[in-house]
Amino acid sequence: MEDLNKDACPHHHGNEPKENPRRNFLKQTSLLTAVALTPGVAVKAAENHLDEAVAAVFEKMPLHVEINGVNQSLSIEPRVTLLDLLREQLHLTGTKKGCDYGQCGACTVHVDGHRVNSCLTLAMTVDGKKVTTIEGLANGDELHPMQEAFIKHDGFQCGYCTPGQIMSAVACIREGHANSEAEIREYMSGNICRCGAYPNIVNAIQEVKAGGQQV
Amino acid sequence: MKQFQYVRPTTQQSVLDAIAKPGAKVLAGGSNLVDLMKHGVMSPDKLIDIQKLPLRGISKSLGNTSSISIGALELNSAVAEHALIKQELPLLSQALNAGASAQLRNMATVGGNMMQRTRCPYFYDIAMPCNKRNPGSGCGALEGFNRMHAIFGASDKCIAVHPSDMCIALVALDATVEVASRKGKRYIKFADFHRLPGNTPELDNNLAHDELITRVIVPTNNFAKNSYYLKVRDRASYAFALVSVAAALDIDNGTIRSARLAMGGVAHKPWRLHEAEKALVGKPANKASFEQAAQIAMQGAKAYKDNAFKLKLAPATITEALTHAAGLA
Repeated sequence: MEDLNKDACPHHHGNEPKENPRRNFLKQTSLLTAVALTPGVAVKAAENHLDEAVAAVFEKMPLHVEINGVNQSLSIEPRVTLLDLLREQLHLTGTKKGCDYGQCGACTVHVDGHRVNSCLTLAMTVDGKKVTTIEGLANGDELHPMQEAFIKHDGFQCGYCTPGQIMSAVACIREGHANSEAEIREYMSGNICRCGAYPNIVNAIQEVKAGGQQV
Repeated sequence: MKQFQYVRPTTQQSVLDAIAKPGAKVLAGGSNLVDLMKHGVMSPDKLIDIQKLPLRGISKSLGNTSSISIGALELNSAVAEHALIKQELPLLSQALNAGASAQLRNMATVGGNMMQRTRCPYFYDIAMPCNKRNPGSGCGALEGFNRMHAIFGASDKCIAVHPSDMCIALVALDATVEVASRKGKRYIKFADFHRLPGNTPELDNNLAHDELITRVIVPTNNFAKNSYYLKVRDRASYAFALVSVAAALDIDNGTIRSARLAMGGVAHKPWRLHEAEKALVGKPANKASFEQAAQIAMQGAKAYKDNAFKLKLAPATITEALTHAAGLA
């Protein structure tokens, strides 16, 4: 959480990893086979059957996922996290990378309606699921009630943790865990704000809960 | 994160075939494994994503012995909120809700929770020696900052503690683990699932590499009315335990008929307190009985440089947990 300068990007730049299963495989395979299996062909093969012999050959795998109501047919490396897919490939930068190790909650998104840490979710594992990020919460120009409440109660200072806080706050009400200040604090504890906007966030959640709107 | 192959089999048989080969690792919720892979602590060649397997469901069976079965892929959040669990195994529900954050509980599975690895900082920091991560490299914690570490069952090879809350409740509730391999099914008593470090701290448990956890079975009991999970940590929530206690009592007219006690944060495995349990049987359910049991529970405890406070914190936590369980708090 503390070390934001650490290069936590899963893509290795510069030095090649010592062990590289894909390249080892290619070395062991005849050149002809490797050339014949162009990515397009290989992806198509894998679409039909996620067979391990095929999956082993290439770097990228097919991923079908609905993100904020839009169906996406993507091609990704298995080690890409949902967080990095959202930010780097789809340019949905509302979801923030805080600690990148599941400790701060800045990357919270909803998968099939349940809040999770997108930094610890391998993107391949959301195949066939529905993902909602902070960008998918508003209805066009009309902000979600929780977004309105955060603005009204000044539930953020620098704003970095805010998208994750709002995604958790919505889930907190949906899960039925916003019935008291203590319960809200407990169920918001996976979202850490280093500036200390907590009391205002609790106020915002209490107001939305009391409003009785469908969130 | 190093490159790896990713496969997502849809049948248990194909998972069992895949895990029988070396270098493969099972991926369930990923909340611990992906974290460890990012840190470079673990770097499997192949991930076997088992989320497509039908290892879900929570049900009660009334066979020769009545029990509750929990599928290995059930989410921690789903188990904690399940009506049957809340009603019949509230201790398990409380322990689950004491663990991690709401987001992580929505990811973590029952089987994965059992397989989560220690949070010892010397295990996580790949620049440090650690016999668990790199056998033979030494133990950074032994002479290092060992405030979070074990007071029971440690060895000179490893003084790390088991991190789960769920497992502390499950050992107290006498759970059994069902595992499958190509050879068939086998059942492991929960108390025998995790290991003490001895000379092989790299082995956290007795699951063979070709075995898959399929479900956890908890016998029904008379503890639902008087049970309590108490977790003491450095902040109010979302932190690993310094000490935690699962306490369950069966009280008849003010007298303890039977008792279950287990501690977390004190040993390499969920630490069941059999002697203290025995000492409670037949005693009045009051503070004096609880304090006496807590003292018995501490026999054989040994502290290190920075965790001597646990020698006082642990018995106090036991007494407090029993007091809550008895409804006297």
